[in-house]
Amino acid sequence: MQIDVDIVKTLRSGARTFELNARFASASQRVVIYGPSGAGKSQLLKALAGLMTPDRGHIALVGRRLFDSGAGIDLAPQRRQVAYLFQDYALFPHLNVRQNIGFGLQRGWRNPLSRVDGETIRHWLQAFELDHVAHQFPHELSGGQRQRVALARALAPQPTALLLDEPFAALDPALRARMRAELDALQRKLAIPMILITHDPEDASAFGDHLLRMEQGRIVNAEEQPR
Amino acid sequence: MDSFFAEPAWIALRLSLKVALWATLIDLVLGMALGYLLARKRFPGRELLDALLTLPMVMPPTVLGYYLLVVIGREGVLGSWLQQTFGVNLIFTWQAAVIAAAVVAFPLVLKGARAAFEAVDGQLEQAAQVLGIPPFGVFLRVTLPLAWRGVLGGTLLAFARSMGEFGATLMVAGSIPGKTQTLSIAVYEAVQAGQDDSANLLVIITSVVCVSVLIAANKLTPNRNPQG
Repeated sequence: MQIDVDIVKTLRSGARTFELNARFASASQRVVIYGPSGAGKSQLLKALAGLMTPDRGHIALVGRRLFDSGAGIDLAPQRRQVAYLFQDYALFPHLNVRQNIGFGLQRGWRNPLSRVDGETIRHWLQAFELDHVAHQFPHELSGGQRQRVALARALAPQPTALLLDEPFAALDPALRARMRAELDALQRKLAIPMILITHDPEDASAFGDHLLRMEQGRIVNAEEQPR
Repeated sequence: MDSFFAEPAWIALRLSLKVALWATLIDLVLGMALGYLLARKRFPGRELLDALLTLPMVMPPTVLGYYLLVVIGREGVLGSWLQQTFGVNLIFTWQAAVIAAAVVAFPLVLKGARAAFEAVDGQLEQAAQVLGIPPFGVFLRVTLPLAWRGVLGGTLLAFARSMGEFGATLMVAGSIPGKTQTLSIAVYEAVQAGQDDSANLLVIITSVVCVSVLIAANKLTPNRNPQG
C-alpha cells in the first residue's frame, strides 16, 4: 500500500468550523485528489507533509508511519522525507536558483553560498535546462522556470514521495499543457509516488491513475482507472 | 588633544554611548525573541502581552523609574535578593542606567521586529521545514534574512531613544559625573548651573549623534529593496 490515510481535524476560523474527515487508501503511484476549492484538499496535503496536525487518525506513506494518534507517532515535517510543491512555489526570494536547489542538501544553520555547486545541483540545472539562469533570483524567472526550480529544490534531497498543491494553477493555459507533459515524463522516469491535489479536471485526467473526489472535507468516491 | 577629550562633555558622550550600546544589545536579543513569538505563535493573552511590553512607550519615564526602583532598588523585589545573594547593588551605577534605557527603548525593537517577522510569508518557512531544515536553521536561513531590515530599523531607533533617556535614568542611576552622568543628564546639570558653553557643546554632540542614527534608520526602511 503506497498510501493509507484516515484523519479527522476540526478547523476553526472565527465562528465558522470546518470538519476535515478524510479516509482513503491507494496502491497507485499516481493519486489525484480532485474537488472544488474549499473542500479541504490543501489541509489534507499539509497533514501528509506534517505542516498540519490532525486531531486523530493515522497516515502511512510508502511503508512509513508518519502519524498515528493512537500510537503517539507524529513525525516532524523535517523527518517525513516528502517533496512538497506549493501552489505559488514558495521559492526563497533572497536566494538564487543554485541556492534554492541546493537548499535542502545543506541541513545546518547556513544557506548555501551563491556559487554553490555539486553533482546533484548540476544534474537538476541540466535536467530542467536552468543552466543559463543559475545565478538569477526567483523574481527574474518565467512561470515555467519557477516551477522547474521548485520541483528541482523539492526533489534534490531524494524524497520518498512527491506532494503537489495545484501545480499548474499559477501558469497560463499554453504553458500549463507543456508543464503537465513535463511532470508526466519526470514522474515516470523517477518512478516516485505522487499525490496531486487540483480543482482542474484536465489535471485529473492527465495524472489520475487513482482519482479521488473530495467534497466538504470528505473523500466521496474513489475510482481506479486502468492504465 | 588628550586634555580636549578629557572634557566632561566627551566623558559624558562615552558613557552615553556605552549605556546605549548595552541597552540596545539587550533589547535586540529580547526584542527578536518576543517579536518572533508574538508574530508566529498563537497563545492566549498574546495581545495583552504585546500591550504590556509596549507600555514603556506611553508611560512617563518618571513612573517607569519608580517601578524600576520598586524592582531593583535596595528594598526592591529583585534588588534585595541581588544584595543578599551576590552583594550586588545596582542603584546609582551605570548598569542601572543600562536597565532604564533598555526598558524605555524596548517597545521600538519589539514593534519593528514583530512587524518584520509578520511580513515574512509563512509558507517559505514551511517549505524550509519540509526540506529538512531544523527550526533554528529555518529562522537563520529564511526568516531573519527576509526580516533583518525591519529589525535593524527598530533597533537603530531604540539606540537613539536610549541615547536620549533622561527621567528613568536619573531616578535609578542618579547624576554622578564620570560614572552615571550621561549626555542628556549633563545637559540638564549644565543649564541648571548656568554653564552655557558646556551646555552648547553637549547639545550639539547629542544632536549630531541622534541625526546620524535617524538617517541610518531611514535608509533601512523595509522593502525599499525587497531582494535585500
